[in-house]
Amino acid sequence: MIIKILFFGITADLVHTTHLTLDIDKDVKVASFKAVLESKYPQLKNVNSYAIAVNEAYASDDLILKENDTVAIIPPVSGG
Amino acid sequence: MKRTSIKITSEKLDLQACYRFVEDDACGGITAFIGTVRNDTQGKEVHQLDFSTYKPMAIKEMQKIADTALAKFDIKKIAIHHAEGMLQIRDIPVIITASAKHRKAAFEACEFAIDTLKETVPIWKKEYFSDGEVWVNAHP
Repeated sequence: MIIKILFFGITADLVHTTHLTLDIDKDVKVASFKAVLESKYPQLKNVNSYAIAVNEAYASDDLILKENDTVAIIPPVSGG
Repeated sequence: MKRTSIKITSEKLDLQACYRFVEDDACGGITAFIGTVRNDTQGKEVHQLDFSTYKPMAIKEMQKIADTALAKFDIKKIAIHHAEGMLQIRDIPVIITASAKHRKAAFEACEFAIDTLKETVPIWKKEYFSDGEVWVNAHP
């Protein structure tokens, strides 16, 4: 199934893009998605840590991704 | 009556607007937190800061903070405005105002809002030095 991925902050610099679409297995949990992402982009391991947001809300590792979800890679925030 | 004002803008933040929004006949005090761009990070001279946001999610997270502050503290209204784009030294990246019948709740709400914003709202700043640029908090 197809999902849309958004990169922000340092992660956008590391993967050299701000967005892309990825074809992943059905019913994949956020935790396994992160593993897939890191095997595709090992440079993401250099980031301190990052959170995942699905459809504009923070997602836990056991959330199951659905077709057409928008998954955002959220490196440590530094607003204010 | 609208009790929260949430905004992300590439224009200059308007302190007067944040103040006017929270003004209320029943309030005895208004607190304001104004974040300003500082000229150094750990002894290194900063020239400017570039703020980028995941805007739709950042707006939602800021709204959550405002709603939580209303529930948690005895305040009347709260405004949380954040800037995006390139800011210079002394520019204002964030303004938070809160009004309350009594001052303590307004102080607490402001502090809660800025502390939580710095932890949860998807906004990132890049610091520009004379010899390069660095995403804040990005590396161990």
